[in-house]
Amino acid sequence: MSQKIKKFLDKFGYTRIIIILFLIMLFIAAFALELQTDSLISGILNRAGMNMILTLAMVPSIQSGTGLNFGLSVGILCGVLGAVLSIAMDLTGWQAFLIANGLGIVFAIIAGYIYGLLLNRVKTQEMLIGTYAGFSVVSGMCMFWILAPFKSPKMIWPYGGRGLRVTVSLEDTFDKILNNFLLREYNGIEVPWGLYAYIILLCLAVWLFSRSKTGIAMQTAGSNPRFAESCGINVDGMRIIGTILSTVLGAMGILVYAQSYGFLQLYNAPLYMAFPAVAAILIGGASVHKASIAHVIIGTFLFQALLVVALPVTNAVLPEGNLSEVVRIIISNGIIVYALTRIGGGE
Amino acid sequence: MSKPILQLIDISKDYYGNQVLKKVNLTVQPGEVHAIVGENGAGKSTLMNIIFGMPVIHNTGGFSGQIIFDGEPVNIDSPKVAMEKGIGMVHQEFMLLPGFTITENLKLNREITKHNLISKFLGDKMKSLDMESMRKDARKALDTLGVDIDEMLPVEGLPVGHKQFVEIAREIDKTNMKLLVFDEPTAVLTEIEADLFLKAVKKLSNEGIAILFITHRLNEVMQVADNITVIRDGEVVGRLSREEATVEDMARLMVGRKIDRVEKSKKVNNGSQENILEIRNLKVDMPGEVVKNVNLDVKKGEILGIGGLAGHGKIGIANGIMGLYPASGQVVFKGSKIKLNNPNDALSRGMAFVSEDRRGVGLLLDESIEKNIAITAIQVQGKFLTKILGINFVLNTKIREHANKTIKELDIRCTGPEQPVRRLSGGNQQKVCIARAITLEPDLLFVSEPTRGIDVGAKKIVLDLLLKLNQEMGMTIVITSSELAELRSICDRIAIIYDGKLEGILPPDADDTDFGLMMAGGYSDMAKEVS
Repeated sequence: MSQKIKKFLDKFGYTRIIIILFLIMLFIAAFALELQTDSLISGILNRAGMNMILTLAMVPSIQSGTGLNFGLSVGILCGVLGAVLSIAMDLTGWQAFLIANGLGIVFAIIAGYIYGLLLNRVKTQEMLIGTYAGFSVVSGMCMFWILAPFKSPKMIWPYGGRGLRVTVSLEDTFDKILNNFLLREYNGIEVPWGLYAYIILLCLAVWLFSRSKTGIAMQTAGSNPRFAESCGINVDGMRIIGTILSTVLGAMGILVYAQSYGFLQLYNAPLYMAFPAVAAILIGGASVHKASIAHVIIGTFLFQALLVVALPVTNAVLPEGNLSEVVRIIISNGIIVYALTRIGGGE
Repeated sequence: MSKPILQLIDISKDYYGNQVLKKVNLTVQPGEVHAIVGENGAGKSTLMNIIFGMPVIHNTGGFSGQIIFDGEPVNIDSPKVAMEKGIGMVHQEFMLLPGFTITENLKLNREITKHNLISKFLGDKMKSLDMESMRKDARKALDTLGVDIDEMLPVEGLPVGHKQFVEIAREIDKTNMKLLVFDEPTAVLTEIEADLFLKAVKKLSNEGIAILFITHRLNEVMQVADNITVIRDGEVVGRLSREEATVEDMARLMVGRKIDRVEKSKKVNNGSQENILEIRNLKVDMPGEVVKNVNLDVKKGEILGIGGLAGHGKIGIANGIMGLYPASGQVVFKGSKIKLNNPNDALSRGMAFVSEDRRGVGLLLDESIEKNIAITAIQVQGKFLTKILGINFVLNTKIREHANKTIKELDIRCTGPEQPVRRLSGGNQQKVCIARAITLEPDLLFVSEPTRGIDVGAKKIVLDLLLKLNQEMGMTIVITSSELAELRSICDRIAIIYDGKLEGILPPDADDTDFGLMMAGGYSDMAKEVS
């Protein structure tokens, strides 16, 4: 019997068990502090859905052998640019969301291709180079946000001047367009079915791709490049395809994130956005070499649940001013650090 | 004769039950040049590692037998002890620091130091180097060897030959040196360098240093050795003095063994003398197995063996043709030229390859058996696919069906087609590799080192399997192997590669002497006709 339990624990992974134990602890604390659990659960569902596609973007990059996509900001910026353009065109609602996605995907394909070429030149260093490539592109785009000749009053500063605002409200465009679609409430718990339907659709697409000839070639190139070569697979090409897919998902992911958040964040906001996604998939049990949709779903739920529950709990325990904010930063970065130590794989 | 400097008595060693040395006895006199010859894997290097107390020996359970050095029994349990006793070793790989000068390398960790102002207060650690004396010592060592290189040059950028000399100089600079061990010292040297080296060896032995010399270049042995010991399969099979030895004798002793011919129904040779593959001026840049210029024809329906010693390029041939390492030259398959450096072209024309690097190139270790078997056929030939909306999807049911059939046919012992190949034994992993290759239904199958690292029972099964593929499916097979015996057991013809070139082609029942000579590169000098 104990053998069986041990086997199960080994398979499930100690990382996840530790995180789940920590989460349970936080929930108990939340109960003890008489926090509103229904709003906590709604928050978890919302936050997890909001971040899921960004985490999903890690899958193609891991499968193609470029490791975790620390340069996810490249894709994120493509999505943001698509959204900014759709606002500039004065679109609203579904039209705005779809056009933003369409433009974002086109930019992401181009940017992903170039980023893929870069990654092929720095093999075995992809993650480090990717981090800094992401940082550089974010900084480069900061200049663009200032210099771009947008005139839409929704985006420029109310008092005029040059450049776009730091956060652009999506209230008139596609704020909560997925979240409010098929939103149902059960005993105070809000379940955004529309958002999850969209996520399932994208997850299914990624899963189907992994069953296709190209998808299998890409995974082979990722798990053993020498083997792939001996099968006549173009390894560099597959790495580029993986990077493009990851970048495209990054672009689509940030639009899901933005519509849920209600704001589009420009300038330095995308700088660290890759880290929560990286942490989530690692906690989910992925490694630098292996990742699946299950890792994405489990990981995102665990990671976001921790953040959602930890914040009100620390707020209640440490009510004075800034302290809870400090604790929040420590916890969220702490989870990221813990996840990164699991980089070799949680299984 | 004076008392021997080194005596080995009944040395035996096994690696996890795999006996590599069986009761080896050896005696070396002071000033004697003693050569140890044998094929790859005969146990030569293991013997040297024992003498030098290398950690690999003691980490794997030590050895049995006794070593008597300079008249007294010794327990050499680390290279440090060996050095203190006066045993020096020149390794196959250079153990030199590239950025340091020759002098600094020679004196590494044995620097001559002198006091300076600071060291008088802070102790010996702060002493400065006495470069002048170190230079003198280095010069003296290099002169002893008869090499004329500046002792202040950095080692980086020296030709390999000179690096070898620096290593030797380092050993002879140690004052108490009594026995020097060379592990294939001439393998990396050009002919002129090798001559220089052999002269230096003579010089050293004249100074009373005993020399143990491991090699498989038989001509060199004849030049310098006083006595020769031949090892085969971990046993001493011959002791010769130079006067009585001939290259032919050594070659026969080195190779000869009882050959278990795999039961082989006399093959019906289709009578076709048609060439399926013609290799012309093939050059392959595979590190450690460079192919320099190979011309070779493969006849349709035959099993051709490619043999030769490690490092001479036999493995590079198949890897080069299949596009895994940069190659140049001309390869004509079934009448049309193939594109080199393009694995896809080679595969789609009907050639398949089972790599010698099973775990590195041959398998996706963490993937299932069925995926490993199917993947090349999916990618190259579009097998097991179905088109939905213009996208090629993989049909798992078809793969499963094929995998089950293949597992049964090749008798792969596993829990099922979903088992990861990492958990299979070496022999079964090899069968998965072969299954992957034959799923392509190739006309020509290259198999490299098919029995490396698998146990004796599995070896026979793998060889039988190859024979079956050849006889029942008419597949032309090219087997590259370091084990001559296994080539001789199933091949129709055996090509021997020496120094990146084809040395000759022999029938499997040719004389041991001929094989030995060819593998040692002496054949073209000794014999005129090639069978």
